[in-house]
Parts: sequence; C-alpha cells; structure tokens
Amino acid sequence: MTQTRFAGSERYVATPELALAVNAAVTLARPLLIKGEPGTGKTQLAEEVAAALGRPLHEWHIKSTSKAQQGLYEYDAVSRLRDSQLGEGRVHDIANYIVKGKLWEAFESDTQPVLLIDEIDKADIEFPNDLLRELDRMEFYVYETRQLVRAKHRPIILITSNNEKELPDAFLRRCFFHYIRFPDEATMRSIVDVHFPGLKRELLAEALAAFFRLREVPGLKKKPSTSELLDWIKLLLAEDIPAEALRSDDAKKTLPPLYGALLKNEQDMHLVEQVMFLSRRSRQG
Amino acid sequence: MLTRFFDDLRSGGIPVTVPEFLTLLEALAARVAWLSAEDFYHLARLCLVKDERHYDRFDRLFAAHFKGAERLFEALSADVPAEWLRALVARTFSDEEKARIESLGGWPELMAALRERLEQQRERHEGGSRHIGTGGTSPFGTLGYNPEGIRIGKGGGQRRAVKVWERREFANLDDSLELGTRNFKMGLRRLRRFAREGAAEELDLDGTIAATAKNAGYLDLKLVPERRNAVKVLLLLDIGGSMDDHVRVCDELFSAARSEFRHFEHYYFHNFPYESLWKDNRRRHTERIATDQLIRTYGPDYRVIFVGDATMSPYEITMPGGSVEHWNAEAGAVWLRRLTAHFRHFVWLNPEPVARWGHTPSIAITRELVEERMFPLTLEGLDRATAELRRRGVAPPPPMEAVSSPLPPAGS
Repeated sequence: MTQTRFAGSERYVATPELALAVNAAVTLARPLLIKGEPGTGKTQLAEEVAAALGRPLHEWHIKSTSKAQQGLYEYDAVSRLRDSQLGEGRVHDIANYIVKGKLWEAFESDTQPVLLIDEIDKADIEFPNDLLRELDRMEFYVYETRQLVRAKHRPIILITSNNEKELPDAFLRRCFFHYIRFPDEATMRSIVDVHFPGLKRELLAEALAAFFRLREVPGLKKKPSTSELLDWIKLLLAEDIPAEALRSDDAKKTLPPLYGALLKNEQDMHLVEQVMFLSRRSRQG
Repeated sequence: MLTRFFDDLRSGGIPVTVPEFLTLLEALAARVAWLSAEDFYHLARLCLVKDERHYDRFDRLFAAHFKGAERLFEALSADVPAEWLRALVARTFSDEEKARIESLGGWPELMAALRERLEQQRERHEGGSRHIGTGGTSPFGTLGYNPEGIRIGKGGGQRRAVKVWERREFANLDDSLELGTRNFKMGLRRLRRFAREGAAEELDLDGTIAATAKNAGYLDLKLVPERRNAVKVLLLLDIGGSMDDHVRVCDELFSAARSEFRHFEHYYFHNFPYESLWKDNRRRHTERIATDQLIRTYGPDYRVIFVGDATMSPYEITMPGGSVEHWNAEAGAVWLRRLTAHFRHFVWLNPEPVARWGHTPSIAITRELVEERMFPLTLEGLDRATAELRRRGVAPPPPMEAVSSPLPPAGS
C-alpha cells in the first residue's frame, strides 16, 4: 500500500473531478460507475488506479451472456456427475466443484483490491439488480456449501458502462456516478504529451486541429475519440507525415492523411468527404 | 442549508433519494472534498446525480441554490481563527494575487476588510439557516475559490470567473426524456414467448434423471436446445415530415425492440402505408418492397407494431392519389385494411399526446381503421399495447369489400 489518493499517473491524465470521484469511492468504499464516450479511457482507469494505489486488480469483463452468479461462483454439477460415475474420491466433497468467480476472488484478497466490472451494460438488463446485495453488503452465501463469503477488505469497485442499456435505479443509487466528459483541447494536449513526449509542437497543433474539426462534422455515427487520436498520431509518426500535410487550407486533399485510424465507419467517411467537398465548392464559388 | 438543497433538487426534477443524500453527508464528513466550492460541486454531483442527462439540470439548480457567495458568508460571522483564513487564502491564491493583496496593505487589512464585508452581508440576509455543522461542509471554500466574490483589490476590471456549474457543459445531454430504452425493453419483455429451438446445448435435468434411472443408475446425459424468445415482431415506422419531432423516442423504441427480439423486422413508410415500403431511408426510392410482398413474406404469426403520428390530411388516408409524395392507385385505408386483415396481432403506437388525438381528423380515421388499437407512445400505452398484442383469438376484421371512404369525395 503505497498511497491512498489517486491523482492520475505518468501514463494517464485524470481531470481533478475524476480524481475526486475515485478518491470519494475509495474513501467511502462505494462502487464508482463510469460512463462516457467510447475511447475515453474508462477501462484503463481501473488499471491506473490499481497501479497508482498499489493494489491488486481483478477484472471482470461482462458479455451479453454473463450472469451475476458467474461473478460469485459456479457449481459444476456436470463434472461432479461424471466423477461419480468414475468413482473418484473427490466427488464426496461438494466444495471441489465450486468454481470461484471474480467477485469471490476479489473478496478473498489479502489487501484491498481494485475490482473492475467492465461494460456492465452488455449484460442482460436484470444483471445489475442481481448484484445489489453483494455490492451493498460485500458478502454472499454459497448455498451448496452453506458458507458465507464476506469481503476481507471492501474492494474498490469500478464499473464502466457504454450506455447501451439503461441501468436500474436501485443499482444506480448504490453507486457514485461520474461521466467522463470528452477532453477539451488543453486536456487533450496533455494526454498526447503523456503518450508521445517530445512530439513536435507543430505536428501536435495541426493534428489536434484536424481531429477536433473532424469531431465537429455533424451527423457522424462514431466520433473519433482519444484512443483513435493516439492511434492516428502513432501512425503519423510511423509514416513520418509532415505537419504541413495536415493543414486545413490545403484544398487538394479532402481528408487528413491516414484517416482510416480516425473514422471507423464507411458511412462516416462518405459523410466527411461530402462535407469537405461542399466546403471546398463554396470557397471557390 | 443542505436539506433545502436536497428539496430543491427533488422539486427540480432530479430523482435524488435519502440514502444518496446521506452518502453525500458521509463523504463531506470524511473530508473527501475540502474547502473548495468546486470540489463540493463535483462531490455533490457524484453522489446525487446518476444520469448524465440530468447534469445540466443539476448545474442550473446548483447555481440557483448557491447563487453568489452571499448566503455562504453568513456562517463566517462566527469567530473564524485567523490562521484558518490565512491558510486558506495562501492555499488558494496564486503568487500574483498574493502580491496584489500585499499591496492592499497586508494580511491584517485584508482580514479587516473581510470582516466588514461579512457584517454587511449578514445584515442584508437575515434569517438564513446556519451553515456550520451541516455534515462537516465548510462554506469558506467559496471564499477561496472565488476571490472576486469578496472583491479584494477593488476595481481592476476583473470579471467574475464563470464557475464550473455555470458553464453548463452538459446542456445538450438534458432531454427531459420520460422514456428510456430500458423502460421500453421492460415493456417489450412482456411480449416474450419462449420456445426451444436451435442446437441442443443445455442440460435437460428431468430428461437426464429419467434416462439415468432407466439406465440402471448409469449416467445418461440429455441435452435440449436453449429456450429462446420466439415472438416475431414487424415494426412499421412513419418517418419524416411531422414525425421529425418524435425521432428520439422512435429511436429508443427501435433500439429496444431490435435487441429484445430475435425475429425482428422493420420497414418505413411516410405518413401512411401505401403499396410499397422501404427498409433503408437513404435508398428509399430505389429499394422498396411491395406491401403485397410483405404480406406474403411474413406470416400472420408476426406481431405488427405501427408507429406513426397519423397526423396528415384525411385525403392521404381515404383517397386514391392522396399521398403527398407519389401517385397511389389505391387509398391508404385499403392498404392498411389489407395489412390488418393479414396480421391479426397489430397495434398502432402514436407519439402525439392523447389530448390532441381528438383534434386531428386523420387520427380519428386511423383509429377506426385499426379498430381502436391505437395507444400513446408512453410506458403505460406500451403496456396496454403489449397486452393487446398478447391476446389470442382476435376476431378477423371485416372483409375487404367493406372498405369504403368514410369521407365525401374531395372538391365538392
């Protein structure tokens, strides 16, 4: 346990309000629900919090088929049945067939762990409701072995959501909620600085300008986000593209170079091309 | 003071509950936010607001409640240790500001000015509740946060800093939406009908027990296909024109329905269904499906949900050639009758408020055509619509010959 307050790290820029949210969740041992546009570093936050506070990280990635029970434990009845046919000795102890879930693992941790429940909105809409008691009391009951599992240390729980489904009120009431706003240009500059120290001023300025211009095109299905910007800059550097190529008043180019890293959707590319075409026409006319 | 803030939030339309409020107090007592109005703002939002769509509303209520620093200054009339203020000021002001304060005459002068100012404030605002002790919050933060608030170094042309909550950066996220995807899904869930189909991959416990017993105790595993939602839904949406006002709620319904049903198809029409429909609005003129073909393709077991405001000229429904965008040989009413004759389970969801239904003749005609199975596009309406769709043994509608125009011909 190195420190108790989170304030970002050398790889992750946390705004003061995000740091406050994390610290409040740590202090009061309540789950923190993080929402925001895709690619704004929601998942990464858990890794950084764990690293900064020196805590073990348990990750539970949710899929559409995930059940709340899987996070607690699963009883493998089929393999027990099979073992009983083969006359194995371990069949007599039901505990041999209880498979621990991520939540149980986190509860058993000797130091206070960080538990990431990633993309909770992917699961069935009843999923959060099934975890209410567990998150509230930090304990659950294993019916097969008549055992009460209680957290040794209340884990720091970070939950991310992409807003695909709305979460039930009862669940929300138990969480802190923070919406990661899309970074403004200054924050974005410091984020890029963290990832690409020593990037040429000129290139950075042009890249950011092109990036924010692209984000402002109305009607984009998927606006490029932080992670896409970082990928794009990596590509620009790898291809050694000069800053001049990114300049907006270059009428010959329609889209910024290597735009495939920024626009992931054919319709969006089409749309941007059209917008660029129209603006060029109006400038000429 | 904070309980009043709580009341303000509730009456302002933010669904705050008592446990959440207690959490905020607990967080304040634990000194999570300390001596800064901005921190307090973020902490309050963290604890009390659980949906980014409410952020803007929260910002406005917060600004209204903590308007200016005046009210907060009342508490300063209590004896505040000078070191406390000194520490606070030292912590908050930049070096430049400190230099300016020094030029005012140093700390004692500052404190005197401050007290004087506070006395004035107090006289003007008598009768406020006291701040000290409400869950450990400290109002002094406002002082530190906003030096202009007490106007140290008068004049100088400084304008007041715009506070975080006054920037209202979440303005476009507030849409006062009553219905969300989740609510729609909960409503649509009642339509579910489970049936087993597909690959056998789930353990059939009863079958296994029976087979094992038959097998003289030796295990004989039986598997069955997973139960799936087998209900089939066809969604026909009005698009464009007067429906533009309802795009958002239709989007929500659409995305909820799409993820909730495995057998889900959708088609669009404009104002009223005629002889053809389309699936992709950008290719609506090139890729259409004939309504006849739709009727042949999808069996009567499909449940049809029409979504439209049914607000148009009555002739668009009753007269051949009435369509606003093309020449239709047969009236919309004929086509709707054909659809409802084939798909016996159908409802019409109307996003227009019920109160306005009576004033629009085309809505009255459409209601008659859909046998009064028109429901408002609200939670309660959706509930009634799903109940309607679940009903079995619906009497078949009158034969096609019965269709005649309920209005006199135009132009007479």
